[in-house]
Amino acid sequence: MSKKELNIFKLLAEKPWEASQAEIDNQHDGRTLDLSKAKLGVRTIMVVSTVIFSLFVVSYSDRMLVHDWRSLSEPWLLWINTAILILTSFVFHKAKIYSEKNEFEKAKNTLLLVGFLSFAFITGQLLVWQYYVNLGQYVSTNPANAFFYLFTALHGLHVLGGLFFWARATMKLFTKNYNIFKTKQAIELCATYWHFLLIVWFILFGLMIAT
Amino acid sequence: MTDEYTDNKLETKAADSSSGSYTPPAEAIPAKENPEQELYHAKSFWTKWVFCQDAKVIGIQYALTATAIGFIGLILSWGMRLQLGFPETFSFLGPATYYQSVTMHGMIMVIYLLTALFLGGFGNYLIPLMVGARDMVFPYVNMVSYWMFLVAVLVLLASFFVPGGPTGAGWTLYPPQAILPGTPGSEMGIVLMLVSLSLFVIGFTMGGLNYVITILQSRTRGMTLMRMPLTIWGIFTATVLALLAFPALFVACIMMTLDNLLGTSFFMPEIFTMGEKLDYAGGSPILFQHLFWFFGHPEVYIVALPAFGIVSDLISVHARKNVFGYRMMVWAIVIIGALSFIVWAHHMYVSGMNPWFGFFFATTTLIIAVPTAIKVYNWVLTLWRGNIHLTIPMLFSLGFIVTFVNGGITGLFLGNVIIDVPLSDTYFVVAHFHMVMGIAPLMVVFGAIYHWYPLITGRHLNQTLGKIHFWVTFVGAYAIYFPMHYLGFIGVPRRYFEMYDSPYMTSGVGLNQFITVAALIVGFTQFIFLYNIFTSWYKGEKSEKNPWKANSLEWHTPDYPPTHGNFGKELPVVYRWPYDFSVPGTDKEYIPQHVAPSEVPTAKAEQT
Repeated sequence: MSKKELNIFKLLAEKPWEASQAEIDNQHDGRTLDLSKAKLGVRTIMVVSTVIFSLFVVSYSDRMLVHDWRSLSEPWLLWINTAILILTSFVFHKAKIYSEKNEFEKAKNTLLLVGFLSFAFITGQLLVWQYYVNLGQYVSTNPANAFFYLFTALHGLHVLGGLFFWARATMKLFTKNYNIFKTKQAIELCATYWHFLLIVWFILFGLMIAT
Repeated sequence: MTDEYTDNKLETKAADSSSGSYTPPAEAIPAKENPEQELYHAKSFWTKWVFCQDAKVIGIQYALTATAIGFIGLILSWGMRLQLGFPETFSFLGPATYYQSVTMHGMIMVIYLLTALFLGGFGNYLIPLMVGARDMVFPYVNMVSYWMFLVAVLVLLASFFVPGGPTGAGWTLYPPQAILPGTPGSEMGIVLMLVSLSLFVIGFTMGGLNYVITILQSRTRGMTLMRMPLTIWGIFTATVLALLAFPALFVACIMMTLDNLLGTSFFMPEIFTMGEKLDYAGGSPILFQHLFWFFGHPEVYIVALPAFGIVSDLISVHARKNVFGYRMMVWAIVIIGALSFIVWAHHMYVSGMNPWFGFFFATTTLIIAVPTAIKVYNWVLTLWRGNIHLTIPMLFSLGFIVTFVNGGITGLFLGNVIIDVPLSDTYFVVAHFHMVMGIAPLMVVFGAIYHWYPLITGRHLNQTLGKIHFWVTFVGAYAIYFPMHYLGFIGVPRRYFEMYDSPYMTSGVGLNQFITVAALIVGFTQFIFLYNIFTSWYKGEKSEKNPWKANSLEWHTPDYPPTHGNFGKELPVVYRWPYDFSVPGTDKEYIPQHVAPSEVPTAKAEQT
């Protein structure tokens, strides 16, 4: 009995005061989208993050046109980190599939692997920072450096924020009594978020390689 | 009408009996698809009033914090006015203090008062009640949102006490001057300001998440989007704008913090001070302006759209008439919201941009006048032949319409590049934006407080003090800002600490003194309002339930004022929009949203 308003033009053409429309409206269950609130919450967060990262990309493109821009050379470590992140996303997908099949023991183990890989990624990023610092490439040495440090820091903070929710979902699996529906949803949403972070990383890393 | 829904009736009974609750003898109630929300029930004083997850309490916390910091903003404006009206009279006002007052006044009023009050205050209090929800969808996140806001306010206040004082860079915080020596507060003040803004954005995003998802997903049965009060439409659209615009401020704040603390050059060009070259090179101050105004212009509508929505409801209720052109009102809100993202560079006409760029932004800016004009016409036509009750909310609403038209028309002038260039650095602009986004939304804030105060406390505000408050504020605001237009025309530049014996000022001296006196009086009146709010809380005249005879759900809760969980055992079911006033064919003067058609069988739909 739900009527989902997906077309904003159709929606705004409704005449709520007319009897015929009222009959339709009385059947409305009060939800606009067929999504759980948690899912919608994660999507909203991803939209806001996308705006943030897009604005950085715009600033980056604007700033690199100035003559003092000296691109950084990417160490092989960054490629390894990228591979780790891809692997994390893949393993997370596996965990999601396990939890959908109600194989929570396997899901638990894969989730632990996700955590390990994520921390490995963050450690890898810190090692890249150390590598650049040893080369004398500090944050203020060149605008390209500044953007690199800022991008990786923000992306890393997003990963850490995701790990907070990852920890909550994984800890649930270690308790005896957990809500299966909620746990499944938490794992699914965390997986989505990790895929999102991978795409963000592709765009940021791609931008660095391309320039 | 009832015959067609036998199937649903069965379904409803099945759904209701499973939860073991009472089935109202109703029309067709569709099966309940939204599961009951799990509410957090507070047990101790701390969780009930301090770390509270009830949106109503959070709304009040937001409103009180915003009001408190707003009064500091008011006092800062007195400092500015004293300096401008009576220069070289007050020893405590030097150039640094003046610029710090200007900066903090602007930032506090726009972000920490108006944004927090409309979205955090009214949004939290009204959204669940008006859409028929028990609470926000993520009450815990909502609570964290308030505490982030409080920390942001405290960090902002802390900047008054650090060496060098708060930043004096102007509320736009333009680099490079904002972080260079010579600008007051360039030591610690600017850092605290940027940190505070970043915290505000994070906190707001948490709250905004709640407002949007509650409105979209947590409405009660029968509450379609097009049956929502315009207040909710305004708050909803403004929140969406804020979620998309605040990241720009966040990005700008982070990059400027790095420029300041770590010596990066995101925004800082090559600079020589005292003959020495600084370490900065190649950054673009214009980039900051773009980021800032990409946030800054939607910010104007983040403040204005909730005001538009609320004032529509106030006018409708207090003129006992349905809103003229409800659909057009919604359309206009949505279109204004969308357009607000492509007009930002009209704040930067004098930054040396490509003329075609300015042409584009002038065009989009002027297009916004169309939906805004539609709204003004609709407010006036709602009043037309309405049964206008000159209550205090109505007085403030009328004051809003006049003020908004006034500020809007000067906006038409300033939207044109060729008129803006000579006027942009004068008091004309100050007059314009204070009229349109200072006084006009504040009129709505005041009207809304007088309107909803009985709902929150169960008591009315004192009417005599309210009338004094309205008349002094309304007339006084014009006494302050009308002369400023004239000052702008004769070329008095804004942002100047003192004019000394400049020829521009000879005819402006008396005016400036007049404005200052008016500003002191209007400011003092706000303290009367504050007194009214606090004394009426326990001494005010008791209000009966639904004193304004309004239709929207917040007035029809079983407990009055509404308590935890808002709607008692059963959520209301909505059968109509909230504007059924004086419906033909029935003797009822107004039909609340939850009244079923069978209770008013003779009512006919109004022809619009």
